Amino acid sequence: MRSYIIRRLLQSLIVIKGVLLIVFFMLQMTGDPASVLMPEGADQEDIEQFRKEMGFDLPLHVQYINFLVGYKENKGVLRGDFGFSYHQELPALGLVLDHFPATALLAFTAVTIAVLISIPAGVISAVYRNSLADHVTTVGAMFGQSMPGFWLGLLLIMLFAVKLEWLPTSGADGLEYLILPALTAGLYATARLTRLVRSGMLEVLGSDYIQTARSKGLLEHVVVFRHALKNASIPVVTLIGLEMGILLGGTVVVEVVFSWPGVGFLVVDSIRNQDYPVVQAAVALLATSFVLVNLAVDILYAWLDPRITYS
Amino acid sequence: MATERIETISVPPETWEEDTPAPSDLQLAVRDLMRRPPALFGFLCITFVIVWALVPGWFSPMDPYTQDLDMTLKPPGFTTPAGFTYWVGSDELGRDMLSRIIWGARVSLIVGFVAVLLSGMIGMTLGLVSGYYGGLVDTIISRIVDIALSVPFILLAMSIIAILGPSLQNVILAMAVRTWIVYARPIRGAILSAKEFEYVVGAKASGCRTPRILVRHLLPNVLSTAIVIATLYLGRMIIIEASLSFLGVGVPPPTPSWGGMLADGRSFLDTAWWLALFPGLALMFTVLGVNLLGDWIRDALDPRMKRLAD
Repeated sequence: MRSYIIRRLLQSLIVIKGVLLIVFFMLQMTGDPASVLMPEGADQEDIEQFRKEMGFDLPLHVQYINFLVGYKENKGVLRGDFGFSYHQELPALGLVLDHFPATALLAFTAVTIAVLISIPAGVISAVYRNSLADHVTTVGAMFGQSMPGFWLGLLLIMLFAVKLEWLPTSGADGLEYLILPALTAGLYATARLTRLVRSGMLEVLGSDYIQTARSKGLLEHVVVFRHALKNASIPVVTLIGLEMGILLGGTVVVEVVFSWPGVGFLVVDSIRNQDYPVVQAAVALLATSFVLVNLAVDILYAWLDPRITYS
Repeated sequence: MATERIETISVPPETWEEDTPAPSDLQLAVRDLMRRPPALFGFLCITFVIVWALVPGWFSPMDPYTQDLDMTLKPPGFTTPAGFTYWVGSDELGRDMLSRIIWGARVSLIVGFVAVLLSGMIGMTLGLVSGYYGGLVDTIISRIVDIALSVPFILLAMSIIAILGPSLQNVILAMAVRTWIVYARPIRGAILSAKEFEYVVGAKASGCRTPRILVRHLLPNVLSTAIVIATLYLGRMIIIEASLSFLGVGVPPPTPSWGGMLADGRSFLDTAWWLALFPGLALMFTVLGVNLLGDWIRDALDPRMKRLAD
């Protein structure tokens, strides 16, 4: 187990290194970083001076090393220095970190909603197979998987904010502001989890040990919850973790729909303003958190299911 | 004498075919489709949208670009003094929403299909090479897959489009850059076991050259896996294209796209609900159709792959 964890940790480090390489090339892909980062209408002399100052005139591999370990005043991304946001005149990483709790809160709430809906729905659907409840759940999950999240967001705003005036349209001033964005962001995860719980439960309910449990005369709810759900939950736990990781970087559109002040909202704004240091810091941070969540899920999975070999 | 006996026992093929013609694969597929209402519904949705995308001129009541500033934000069913009816309303520039929705099918389907095909070709090639050669090549490709997987899809696509400039090609490219990995991993796995099959080892032993082994012997093995993945991702690609258009980094206006129309609709949620409703419906039923039909294709090709979908 310990060597497995160490190996997965090393793998994760390699991935993060690769992500930093992509992040480095993002700015290089613009063709000329110096003129992209300078304000529009800056004269050629200033751009040249800025190029020298930032080391953009150096060979590419030297630039990459400088990007990692620092150059002149810049301490390098390995020490958390992604440079300055040229638009807001603040350190890029600090700006992203300020927006990160909002995104994490949204992703966490969305996953919580997804779990609270999908586990009962999936269990009922599997236990009462081919009943009306099962059909409603299956069709609902199919629609949920086919519906673009941001469109659901627009519909929810129209219904609950504009028509009924129960909830605010956008912003983040309190708990009531979280409800609609979290529902929207959780839609896809809810649909996927419901399908997984249902199919997992169906598989387990048909197995021999469930027959045995029933023939021992155990109460049906003990069979369903203690015996079946517990065994069906291993892939579900994995998917919950994965959805959490995906949502950290995947709430971008929802954040824009509801003007939710998370990292996604910040990045969309920064891309429009060509504020690349912020984009770089955000992509690096979100990718790193995705890798860490995945690492945690893998370790949890190995711990939950002793049948997994660590090779 | 043995041959004579066999001839008398077996029914001569001509008469057998005359009595009960063996159904062709297509006939079997059609019959099966008829027996499964969800799949049939999906098929009808998709056929409808494909016909829209192929010949939008036949269905669209008006030119999708024609503006009429006297007729802005008219509700569904509004008839102009000249006798033209806006069946699903008009937008903020007085363009006919129905015509724009019909023409908008093009962008969704072109981007969806081409992105799935392009990423499928890249992913299959890399998956084949990675699984077949193993070793360093495999390690490098697998690491690239891990890295690409960890970068948030929409952010990567947005950044690429922002850098390269918004256009149909760049949208497709930005989506393929990230999607090929969903093919590469399962195909690599399938190749790892397929390359040990006797006929592959035999082909190698008989002096078959590597490209021939890859294309003639291994590729057919993983083709159904690739098709199943494609059916799973076509719907997602269509949604991602719409999301990019919604964020303003999709195919640039005035080309009608459902995501772009929804972005316009966002500004009029309190006054003109139809702007945000109908393009979304078109989008949802297209994706629903793709997913339902995909379920059916998946069951037909490889029932074991059902788990992948869940």
